[in-house]
Amino acid sequence: MHRGKGMKFVGDSRVPAERKPFVPKDYSEYPGKTEAFWPNYLLKEWMVGAVFLIGFLCLTVAHPSPLERVADPTDTGYIPLPDWYFLFLYQLLKYSFAAGPYTVIGALVIPGLAFGGLMLAPFIDRGPERRPSKRPLATGFMLLSVAAVFYLTWESVDQTDWEAKEKMGAISAVEIDKNADGYKIAEANTCLSCHGGELGGGAAAPKLTETGLSAEEIAEIAVNGKGNMPAGVFKGTDEELKVMSEYIAELK
Amino acid sequence: MLNKIYDWVDERLDIAPLWRDIADHEVPEHVNPAHHFSAFVYCFGGLTFFITVIQILSGMFLTMYYVPDIKNAWESVYYLQNEVAFGQIVRGMHHWGASLVIVMMFLHTLRVFFQGAYKKPRELNWVVGVLIFFVMLGLGLTGYLLPWDMKALFATKVTLQIVEAVPLLGPYLKILMAGDAAIVGAQTLTRFFAIHVFFLPAALFGLMAAHFIMIRRQGISGPL
Repeated sequence: MHRGKGMKFVGDSRVPAERKPFVPKDYSEYPGKTEAFWPNYLLKEWMVGAVFLIGFLCLTVAHPSPLERVADPTDTGYIPLPDWYFLFLYQLLKYSFAAGPYTVIGALVIPGLAFGGLMLAPFIDRGPERRPSKRPLATGFMLLSVAAVFYLTWESVDQTDWEAKEKMGAISAVEIDKNADGYKIAEANTCLSCHGGELGGGAAAPKLTETGLSAEEIAEIAVNGKGNMPAGVFKGTDEELKVMSEYIAELK
Repeated sequence: MLNKIYDWVDERLDIAPLWRDIADHEVPEHVNPAHHFSAFVYCFGGLTFFITVIQILSGMFLTMYYVPDIKNAWESVYYLQNEVAFGQIVRGMHHWGASLVIVMMFLHTLRVFFQGAYKKPRELNWVVGVLIFFVMLGLGLTGYLLPWDMKALFATKVTLQIVEAVPLLGPYLKILMAGDAAIVGAQTLTRFFAIHVFFLPAALFGLMAAHFIMIRRQGISGPL
Protein backbone atom coordinates (compact mmCIF):
# COMPACT_ATOMS: atom_id res chain seq x y z
CA MET A 1 0.00 0.00 0.00
CA HIS A 2 1.23 3.44 -0.92
CA ARG A 3 1.91 5.54 2.16
CA GLY A 4 3.36 8.92 2.98
CA LYS A 5 4.60 11.55 0.55
CA GLY A 6 3.23 11.70 -2.92
CA MET A 7 -0.04 10.05 -2.02
CA LYS A 8 -3.00 11.49 -3.87
CA PHE A 9 -6.50 11.82 -2.47
CA VAL A 10 -9.95 12.50 -3.89
CA GLY A 11 -10.44 16.23 -3.31
CA ASP A 12 -9.64 17.13 0.26
CA SER A 13 -10.94 13.77 1.55
CA ARG A 14 -9.04 10.82 3.02
CA VAL A 15 -10.08 8.53 0.17
CA PRO A 16 -7.02 7.52 -1.93
CA ALA A 17 -7.22 8.67 -5.53
CA GLU A 18 -5.37 5.66 -6.92
CA ARG A 19 -7.80 2.86 -7.81
CA LYS A 20 -6.47 -0.57 -6.94
CA PRO A 21 -7.63 -3.35 -9.27
CA PHE A 22 -10.30 -5.60 -7.82
CA VAL A 23 -8.87 -9.08 -7.28
CA PRO A 24 -11.18 -11.61 -5.67
CA LYS A 25 -9.55 -13.76 -3.01
CA ASP A 26 -8.24 -17.08 -4.21
CA TYR A 27 -9.44 -19.97 -2.08
CA SER A 28 -7.72 -22.73 -4.05
CA GLU A 29 -4.86 -22.74 -1.52
CA TYR A 30 -7.28 -23.42 1.34
CA PRO A 31 -7.71 -27.02 2.56
CA GLY A 32 -10.44 -29.28 1.14
CA LYS A 33 -13.30 -27.96 -0.97
CA THR A 34 -13.36 -24.49 0.51
CA GLU A 35 -15.48 -22.11 -1.50
CA ALA A 36 -16.15 -18.39 -1.46
CA PHE A 37 -19.10 -17.15 0.55
CA TRP A 38 -19.75 -14.42 -1.99
CA PRO A 39 -21.40 -15.27 -4.30
CA ASN A 40 -21.19 -19.09 -4.51
CA TYR A 41 -22.28 -20.13 -1.05
CA LEU A 42 -24.68 -17.24 -0.56
CA LEU A 43 -26.72 -18.48 -3.52
CA LYS A 44 -27.18 -21.88 -1.84
CA GLU A 45 -28.04 -20.26 1.48
CA TRP A 46 -30.53 -18.10 -0.36
CA MET A 47 -32.25 -21.18 -1.78
CA VAL A 48 -32.39 -22.90 1.63
CA GLY A 49 -33.81 -19.67 3.06
CA ALA A 50 -36.48 -19.53 0.34
CA VAL A 51 -37.58 -23.12 1.04
CA PHE A 52 -37.66 -22.38 4.76
CA LEU A 53 -39.70 -19.22 4.16
CA ILE A 54 -42.30 -21.13 2.13
CA GLY A 55 -42.73 -23.67 4.94
CA PHE A 56 -42.90 -20.87 7.48
CA LEU A 57 -45.58 -18.99 5.53
CA CYS A 58 -47.60 -22.21 5.15
CA LEU A 59 -47.51 -22.52 8.95
CA THR A 60 -48.75 -18.95 9.48
CA VAL A 61 -51.58 -19.47 6.99
CA ALA A 62 -52.61 -22.86 8.40
CA HIS A 63 -52.47 -21.76 12.05
CA PRO A 64 -53.49 -18.14 12.67
CA SER A 65 -51.91 -16.77 15.83
CA PRO A 66 -54.22 -17.02 18.86
CA LEU A 67 -55.91 -14.11 20.57
CA GLU A 68 -57.95 -14.56 23.74
CA ARG A 69 -60.60 -12.20 25.03
CA VAL A 70 -59.57 -8.79 26.31
CA ALA A 71 -57.82 -8.80 29.69
CA ASP A 72 -60.24 -8.71 32.62
CA PRO A 73 -58.33 -8.19 35.90
CA THR A 74 -61.47 -8.98 37.93
CA ASP A 75 -61.71 -12.52 36.56
CA THR A 76 -59.87 -14.39 39.32
CA GLY A 77 -60.86 -17.82 38.06
CA TYR A 78 -58.54 -17.64 35.06
CA ILE A 79 -55.56 -20.00 35.20
CA PRO A 80 -52.59 -18.44 33.40
CA LEU A 81 -50.03 -20.29 31.35
CA PRO A 82 -46.81 -18.82 29.92
CA ASP A 83 -45.51 -19.31 26.40
CA TRP A 84 -44.44 -22.91 25.77
CA TYR A 85 -40.72 -22.19 26.09
CA PHE A 86 -41.21 -21.01 29.67
CA LEU A 87 -43.34 -24.01 30.67
CA PHE A 88 -40.38 -25.90 32.16
CA LEU A 89 -39.63 -23.03 34.56
CA TYR A 90 -43.32 -22.73 35.37
CA GLN A 91 -43.59 -26.46 36.05
CA LEU A 92 -40.54 -26.39 38.31
CA LEU A 93 -42.34 -23.91 40.58
CA LYS A 94 -45.14 -26.42 41.13
CA TYR A 95 -42.98 -28.89 43.05
CA SER A 96 -43.02 -28.63 46.84
CA PHE A 97 -39.23 -28.23 47.09
CA ALA A 98 -39.43 -25.20 44.81
CA ALA A 99 -42.71 -23.58 45.80
CA GLY A 100 -44.22 -21.68 48.73
CA PRO A 101 -41.42 -20.79 51.16
CA TYR A 102 -38.88 -22.30 48.74
CA THR A 103 -39.95 -20.27 45.70
CA VAL A 104 -36.49 -18.69 45.71
CA ILE A 105 -35.02 -22.12 45.00
CA GLY A 106 -37.32 -22.74 42.04
CA ALA A 107 -37.31 -19.20 40.69
CA LEU A 108 -33.71 -18.23 41.27
CA VAL A 109 -31.30 -20.86 42.57
CA ILE A 110 -31.96 -23.77 40.19
CA PRO A 111 -32.37 -21.67 36.99
CA GLY A 112 -29.48 -19.46 38.12
CA LEU A 113 -27.16 -22.43 38.53
CA ALA A 114 -28.26 -23.95 35.21
CA PHE A 115 -28.01 -20.77 33.12
CA GLY A 116 -24.91 -19.61 35.01
CA GLY A 117 -23.27 -22.94 34.26
CA LEU A 118 -24.28 -22.59 30.61
CA MET A 119 -22.78 -19.12 30.37
CA LEU A 120 -19.54 -20.12 32.08
CA ALA A 121 -19.21 -23.45 30.24
CA PRO A 122 -15.95 -22.49 28.44
CA PHE A 123 -14.33 -21.61 31.78
CA ILE A 124 -15.52 -24.79 33.52
CA ASP A 125 -14.85 -27.22 30.66
CA ARG A 126 -11.29 -26.06 29.94
CA GLY A 127 -9.55 -29.12 28.51
CA PRO A 128 -8.35 -29.18 24.90
CA GLU A 129 -10.66 -32.08 23.90
CA ARG A 130 -13.63 -31.17 21.71
CA ARG A 131 -15.30 -34.51 21.01
CA PRO A 132 -18.38 -35.07 23.24
CA SER A 133 -17.20 -38.58 24.13
CA LYS A 134 -13.91 -37.16 25.45
CA ARG A 135 -15.72 -34.69 27.72
CA PRO A 136 -18.04 -36.98 29.71
CA LEU A 137 -18.87 -34.42 32.42
CA ALA A 138 -19.83 -31.59 30.08
CA THR A 139 -21.78 -33.95 27.82
CA GLY A 140 -23.45 -35.64 30.77
CA PHE A 141 -24.57 -32.42 32.43
CA MET A 142 -25.91 -31.04 29.16
CA LEU A 143 -27.83 -34.23 28.35
CA LEU A 144 -29.24 -34.23 31.88
CA SER A 145 -30.34 -30.59 31.61
CA VAL A 146 -31.91 -31.10 28.20
CA ALA A 147 -33.73 -34.20 29.50
CA ALA A 148 -34.96 -32.21 32.52
CA VAL A 149 -36.22 -29.36 30.33
CA PHE A 150 -38.04 -31.82 28.04
CA TYR A 151 -39.49 -33.73 30.99
CA LEU A 152 -40.74 -30.60 32.78
CA THR A 153 -42.26 -29.20 29.59
CA TRP A 154 -43.94 -32.55 28.91
CA GLU A 155 -45.34 -32.72 32.45
CA SER A 156 -46.66 -29.17 32.24
CA VAL A 157 -48.39 -29.83 28.91
CA ASP A 158 -49.77 -33.09 30.27
CA GLN A 159 -51.17 -31.49 33.41
CA THR A 160 -52.89 -28.66 31.58
CA ASP A 161 -56.54 -29.04 30.67
CA TRP A 162 -56.27 -27.50 27.21
CA GLU A 163 -59.99 -27.65 26.48
CA ALA A 164 -60.92 -25.80 29.67
CA LYS A 165 -58.10 -23.37 28.91
CA GLU A 166 -59.45 -22.62 25.48
CA LYS A 167 -62.94 -22.05 26.90
CA MET A 168 -61.64 -19.74 29.60
CA GLY A 169 -59.92 -17.53 27.08
CA ALA A 170 -62.43 -17.71 24.23
CA ILE A 171 -63.70 -14.42 22.88
CA SER A 172 -67.36 -14.20 23.84
CA ALA A 173 -69.63 -13.01 21.08
CA VAL A 174 -72.36 -12.12 23.57
CA GLU A 175 -72.73 -8.49 24.57
CA ILE A 176 -73.13 -8.21 28.32
CA ASP A 177 -75.12 -5.29 29.66
CA LYS A 178 -73.63 -4.68 33.08
CA ASN A 179 -76.33 -2.18 33.96
CA ALA A 180 -79.14 -4.70 33.53
CA ASP A 181 -81.01 -5.63 36.70
CA GLY A 182 -80.27 -9.30 36.13
CA TYR A 183 -76.51 -8.64 36.03
CA LYS A 184 -76.66 -6.61 39.24
CA ILE A 185 -78.60 -9.34 41.03
CA ALA A 186 -76.07 -11.95 39.88
CA GLU A 187 -73.29 -9.70 41.17
CA ALA A 188 -75.01 -9.23 44.55
CA ASN A 189 -75.38 -13.00 44.93
CA THR A 190 -71.63 -13.67 44.33
CA CYS A 191 -72.32 -15.55 41.08
CA LEU A 192 -69.58 -13.55 39.35
CA SER A 193 -66.81 -14.65 41.70
CA CYS A 194 -66.91 -18.10 40.08
CA HIS A 195 -68.60 -17.45 36.74
CA GLY A 196 -66.46 -14.38 35.99
CA GLY A 197 -67.16 -10.68 35.56
CA GLU A 198 -67.87 -11.24 31.87
CA LEU A 199 -69.91 -14.34 32.74
CA GLY A 200 -67.33 -16.26 30.69
CA GLY A 201 -66.78 -18.95 33.32
CA GLY A 202 -63.63 -19.89 35.18
CA ALA A 203 -61.66 -22.84 36.49
CA ALA A 204 -64.49 -24.21 38.63
CA ALA A 205 -67.57 -22.86 36.88
CA PRO A 206 -68.98 -22.87 33.34
CA LYS A 207 -69.81 -19.73 31.44
CA LEU A 208 -73.29 -18.29 31.83
CA THR A 209 -73.65 -17.10 28.26
CA GLU A 210 -75.17 -19.34 25.59
CA THR A 211 -76.19 -21.92 28.22
CA GLY A 212 -79.08 -23.25 26.15
CA LEU A 213 -81.11 -23.59 29.34
CA SER A 214 -84.54 -22.16 30.02
CA ALA A 215 -85.10 -19.54 32.73
CA GLU A 216 -86.73 -22.15 34.99
CA GLU A 217 -83.77 -24.52 34.70
CA ILE A 218 -81.36 -21.69 35.52
CA ALA A 219 -83.41 -20.66 38.53
CA GLU A 220 -83.38 -24.27 39.69
CA ILE A 221 -79.54 -24.46 39.45
CA ALA A 222 -79.10 -21.08 41.15
CA VAL A 223 -81.03 -22.30 44.18
CA ASN A 224 -80.13 -25.98 44.39
CA GLY A 225 -76.66 -26.00 42.86
CA LYS A 226 -75.21 -28.43 40.32
CA GLY A 227 -71.92 -30.36 40.19
CA ASN A 228 -69.33 -28.33 42.10
CA MET A 229 -71.85 -25.62 42.87
CA PRO A 230 -73.36 -25.91 46.35
CA ALA A 231 -77.06 -25.31 47.06
CA GLY A 232 -78.18 -22.01 48.52
CA VAL A 233 -75.78 -19.68 46.66
CA PHE A 234 -78.74 -17.55 45.62
CA LYS A 235 -80.06 -15.61 48.59
CA GLY A 236 -82.43 -13.11 46.98
CA THR A 237 -86.19 -13.03 46.67
CA ASP A 238 -88.20 -15.11 44.20
CA GLU A 239 -88.84 -11.96 42.21
CA GLU A 240 -85.08 -11.33 41.87
CA LEU A 241 -84.48 -14.98 40.97
CA LYS A 242 -86.96 -14.67 38.13
CA VAL A 243 -85.35 -11.48 36.76
CA MET A 244 -81.85 -12.94 36.98
CA SER A 245 -82.62 -16.32 35.44
CA GLU A 246 -84.49 -14.68 32.60
CA TYR A 247 -81.54 -12.35 32.05
CA ILE A 248 -79.10 -15.28 31.89
CA ALA A 249 -81.38 -17.32 29.64
CA GLU A 250 -81.48 -14.35 27.25
CA LEU A 251 -77.66 -14.27 26.86
CA LYS A 252 -77.12 -15.85 23.46
CA MET B 1 -25.28 1.55 -15.58
CA LEU B 2 -25.08 -0.16 -12.19
CA ASN B 3 -21.33 -0.50 -12.63
CA LYS B 4 -21.06 3.20 -13.37
CA ILE B 5 -23.04 4.08 -10.25
CA TYR B 6 -20.87 1.71 -8.23
CA ASP B 7 -17.68 3.26 -9.63
CA TRP B 8 -18.98 6.76 -8.99
CA VAL B 9 -19.67 5.94 -5.32
CA ASP B 10 -16.49 3.89 -4.94
CA GLU B 11 -14.33 6.72 -6.30
CA ARG B 12 -15.63 9.00 -3.57
CA LEU B 13 -15.98 6.54 -0.66
CA ASP B 14 -13.72 3.57 -1.40
CA ILE B 15 -16.49 1.13 -0.46
CA ALA B 16 -14.93 -2.08 -1.79
CA PRO B 17 -13.10 -2.86 1.50
CA LEU B 18 -16.33 -2.28 3.44
CA TRP B 19 -18.47 -4.86 1.70
CA ARG B 20 -15.62 -7.26 1.10
CA ASP B 21 -14.95 -7.40 4.84
CA ILE B 22 -18.56 -8.50 5.28
CA ALA B 23 -19.16 -10.74 2.28
CA ASP B 24 -15.83 -11.96 0.91
CA HIS B 25 -14.73 -14.84 3.11
CA GLU B 26 -14.21 -18.55 2.80
CA VAL B 27 -16.68 -21.35 3.60
CA PRO B 28 -14.67 -24.42 4.69
CA GLU B 29 -15.65 -27.82 3.37
CA HIS B 30 -16.73 -29.26 6.73
CA VAL B 31 -19.52 -26.68 7.24
CA ASN B 32 -20.90 -26.93 3.71
CA PRO B 33 -23.97 -29.20 3.41
CA ALA B 34 -23.37 -29.35 -0.34
CA HIS B 35 -20.33 -31.54 0.42
CA HIS B 36 -21.33 -33.27 3.66
CA PHE B 37 -25.05 -33.45 4.38
CA SER B 38 -24.45 -33.79 8.12
CA ALA B 39 -23.13 -30.23 8.01
CA PHE B 40 -26.75 -29.04 8.08
CA VAL B 41 -26.20 -28.62 11.84
CA TYR B 42 -24.18 -25.52 10.92
CA CYS B 43 -27.34 -23.94 9.45
CA PHE B 44 -29.08 -23.37 12.77
CA GLY B 45 -27.15 -20.19 13.57
CA GLY B 46 -27.89 -18.72 10.15
CA LEU B 47 -31.55 -19.69 10.40
CA THR B 48 -31.74 -17.99 13.81
CA PHE B 49 -30.45 -14.83 12.15
CA PHE B 50 -32.89 -15.23 9.25
CA ILE B 51 -35.87 -15.55 11.61
CA THR B 52 -34.58 -12.60 13.63
CA VAL B 53 -34.70 -10.53 10.45
CA ILE B 54 -38.28 -11.75 9.88
CA GLN B 55 -39.11 -10.74 13.46
CA ILE B 56 -37.68 -7.26 13.00
CA LEU B 57 -39.54 -6.66 9.72
CA SER B 58 -42.88 -8.12 10.85
CA GLY B 59 -42.57 -6.27 14.17
CA MET B 60 -42.04 -2.98 12.35
CA PHE B 61 -45.25 -3.56 10.42
CA LEU B 62 -47.15 -4.57 13.58
CA THR B 63 -46.31 -1.25 15.26
CA MET B 64 -48.11 0.51 12.40
CA TYR B 65 -51.38 -0.72 13.92
CA TYR B 66 -50.61 -1.62 17.51
CA VAL B 67 -51.51 0.88 20.26
CA PRO B 68 -49.73 0.34 23.61
CA ASP B 69 -52.61 1.39 25.82
CA ILE B 70 -54.93 -0.75 27.94
CA LYS B 71 -58.09 0.59 26.29
CA ASN B 72 -56.95 0.08 22.71
CA ALA B 73 -54.21 -2.57 22.74
CA TRP B 74 -56.54 -5.56 22.47
CA GLU B 75 -58.86 -3.72 20.06
CA SER B 76 -55.95 -2.82 17.79
CA VAL B 77 -54.69 -6.42 17.73
CA TYR B 78 -58.20 -7.71 17.08
CA TYR B 79 -58.59 -5.21 14.24
CA LEU B 80 -55.21 -6.15 12.80
CA GLN B 81 -56.06 -9.83 13.03
CA ASN B 82 -59.53 -9.64 11.51
CA GLU B 83 -59.84 -6.50 9.40
CA VAL B 84 -56.46 -5.50 8.00
CA ALA B 85 -55.34 -7.04 4.70
CA PHE B 86 -52.59 -9.61 5.45
CA GLY B 87 -52.67 -8.51 9.09
CA GLN B 88 -53.24 -12.10 10.12
CA ILE B 89 -50.19 -13.21 8.12
CA VAL B 90 -47.92 -10.52 9.52
CA ARG B 91 -49.01 -11.19 13.11
CA GLY B 92 -48.76 -14.92 12.44
CA MET B 93 -45.18 -14.50 11.21
CA HIS B 94 -44.27 -12.58 14.35
CA HIS B 95 -46.06 -15.08 16.62
CA TRP B 96 -44.63 -18.25 15.08
CA GLY B 97 -41.27 -16.63 14.42
CA ALA B 98 -40.95 -16.00 18.16
CA SER B 99 -41.28 -19.73 18.80
CA LEU B 100 -39.06 -20.78 15.89
CA VAL B 101 -36.27 -18.42 16.87
CA ILE B 102 -36.15 -20.10 20.28
CA VAL B 103 -36.07 -23.56 18.66
CA MET B 104 -33.31 -22.62 16.21
CA MET B 105 -31.28 -20.88 18.91
CA PHE B 106 -31.64 -23.93 21.15
CA LEU B 107 -30.38 -26.22 18.36
CA HIS B 108 -27.54 -23.81 17.53
CA THR B 109 -26.52 -23.75 21.21
CA LEU B 110 -26.54 -27.56 21.39
CA ARG B 111 -24.47 -27.80 18.19
CA VAL B 112 -21.83 -25.43 19.54
CA PHE B 113 -21.86 -27.11 22.95
CA PHE B 114 -21.54 -30.70 21.81
CA GLN B 115 -18.83 -29.84 19.30
CA GLY B 116 -16.87 -28.06 22.02
CA ALA B 117 -16.67 -25.07 19.70
CA TYR B 118 -16.73 -22.68 22.67
CA LYS B 119 -13.22 -23.64 23.75
CA LYS B 120 -10.22 -21.36 23.56
CA PRO B 121 -10.05 -18.98 21.75
CA ARG B 122 -13.85 -18.69 21.38
CA GLU B 123 -14.92 -18.31 25.03
CA LEU B 124 -16.07 -14.70 24.65
CA ASN B 125 -18.23 -15.49 21.66
CA TRP B 126 -19.99 -18.21 23.66
CA VAL B 127 -20.71 -15.76 26.50
CA VAL B 128 -22.11 -13.22 24.03
CA GLY B 129 -24.22 -16.01 22.48
CA VAL B 130 -25.71 -16.94 25.87
CA LEU B 131 -26.48 -13.24 26.45
CA ILE B 132 -28.30 -13.19 23.10
CA PHE B 133 -30.27 -16.21 24.34
CA PHE B 134 -31.33 -14.25 27.45
CA VAL B 135 -32.30 -11.21 25.40
CA MET B 136 -34.44 -13.43 23.16
CA LEU B 137 -36.19 -14.94 26.18
CA GLY B 138 -36.76 -11.38 27.45
CA LEU B 139 -38.26 -10.41 24.10
CA GLY B 140 -40.60 -13.41 24.27
CA LEU B 141 -41.62 -12.55 27.81
CA THR B 142 -42.34 -8.87 27.14
CA GLY B 143 -44.01 -9.53 23.79
CA TYR B 144 -46.45 -11.91 25.45
CA LEU B 145 -48.11 -9.06 27.38
CA LEU B 146 -48.65 -6.72 24.46
CA PRO B 147 -51.93 -8.09 22.98
CA TRP B 148 -53.48 -7.45 26.43
CA ASP B 149 -55.69 -10.51 26.34
CA MET B 150 -56.43 -12.80 29.29
CA LYS B 151 -53.31 -14.95 29.03
CA ALA B 152 -51.13 -11.90 28.53
CA LEU B 153 -52.32 -10.20 31.69
CA PHE B 154 -52.35 -13.23 33.96
CA ALA B 155 -49.10 -14.76 32.72
CA THR B 156 -47.43 -11.39 33.32
CA LYS B 157 -48.88 -11.27 36.83
CA VAL B 158 -47.25 -14.65 37.51
CA THR B 159 -43.94 -13.42 36.05
CA LEU B 160 -44.03 -10.36 38.29
CA GLN B 161 -44.78 -12.55 41.33
CA ILE B 162 -41.69 -14.60 40.51
CA VAL B 163 -39.61 -11.43 40.11
CA GLU B 164 -40.93 -10.24 43.46
CA ALA B 165 -39.70 -13.45 45.10
CA VAL B 166 -36.08 -12.43 44.44
CA PRO B 167 -34.52 -11.70 47.84
CA LEU B 168 -33.84 -8.03 48.75
CA LEU B 169 -34.10 -6.60 45.21
CA GLY B 170 -37.39 -8.31 44.31
CA PRO B 171 -39.91 -5.57 45.16
CA TYR B 172 -37.78 -2.90 43.46
CA LEU B 173 -37.33 -4.99 40.33
CA LYS B 174 -41.07 -5.53 40.23
CA ILE B 175 -41.78 -1.80 40.46
CA LEU B 176 -39.17 -1.15 37.77
CA MET B 177 -40.92 -3.58 35.42
CA ALA B 178 -44.58 -3.02 36.35
CA GLY B 179 -44.43 0.70 37.13
CA ASP B 180 -46.35 0.15 40.38
CA ALA B 181 -46.08 -2.00 43.48
CA ALA B 182 -49.58 -3.43 43.19
CA ILE B 183 -51.20 -2.58 39.87
CA VAL B 184 -50.46 -4.43 36.64
CA GLY B 185 -52.00 -1.99 34.21
CA ALA B 186 -51.37 0.93 31.87
CA GLN B 187 -47.85 1.60 33.16
CA THR B 188 -46.89 -2.04 32.87
CA LEU B 189 -48.09 -2.21 29.30
CA THR B 190 -46.19 0.88 28.15
CA ARG B 191 -43.05 -0.29 29.97
CA PHE B 192 -43.18 -3.75 28.43
CA PHE B 193 -43.80 -2.14 25.04
CA ALA B 194 -40.77 0.13 25.41
CA ILE B 195 -38.62 -2.77 26.59
CA HIS B 196 -39.85 -5.02 23.77
CA VAL B 197 -39.50 -2.47 20.98
CA PHE B 198 -36.51 -0.32 22.00
CA PHE B 199 -34.40 -1.57 24.89
CA LEU B 200 -34.05 -5.27 24.10
CA PRO B 201 -33.71 -4.88 20.31
CA ALA B 202 -30.95 -2.31 20.91
CA ALA B 203 -29.17 -4.79 23.18
CA LEU B 204 -29.79 -7.54 20.63
CA PHE B 205 -28.24 -5.56 17.75
CA GLY B 206 -25.14 -4.77 19.78
CA LEU B 207 -24.69 -8.37 20.88
CA MET B 208 -25.33 -9.76 17.38
CA ALA B 209 -22.77 -7.35 15.92
CA ALA B 210 -20.23 -8.53 18.51
CA HIS B 211 -21.15 -12.17 17.76
CA PHE B 212 -20.60 -11.78 14.01
CA ILE B 213 -17.45 -9.66 14.26
CA MET B 214 -15.91 -12.31 16.52
CA ILE B 215 -16.85 -15.10 14.10
CA ARG B 216 -15.28 -13.18 11.22
CA ARG B 217 -12.13 -12.43 13.17
CA GLN B 218 -11.62 -16.01 14.40
CA GLY B 219 -13.20 -17.98 11.59
CA ILE B 220 -15.56 -20.87 12.17
CA SER B 221 -14.26 -23.67 14.40
CA GLY B 222 -12.51 -26.53 12.61
CA PRO B 223 -13.83 -30.07 12.09
CA LEU B 224 -13.89 -32.40 15.09
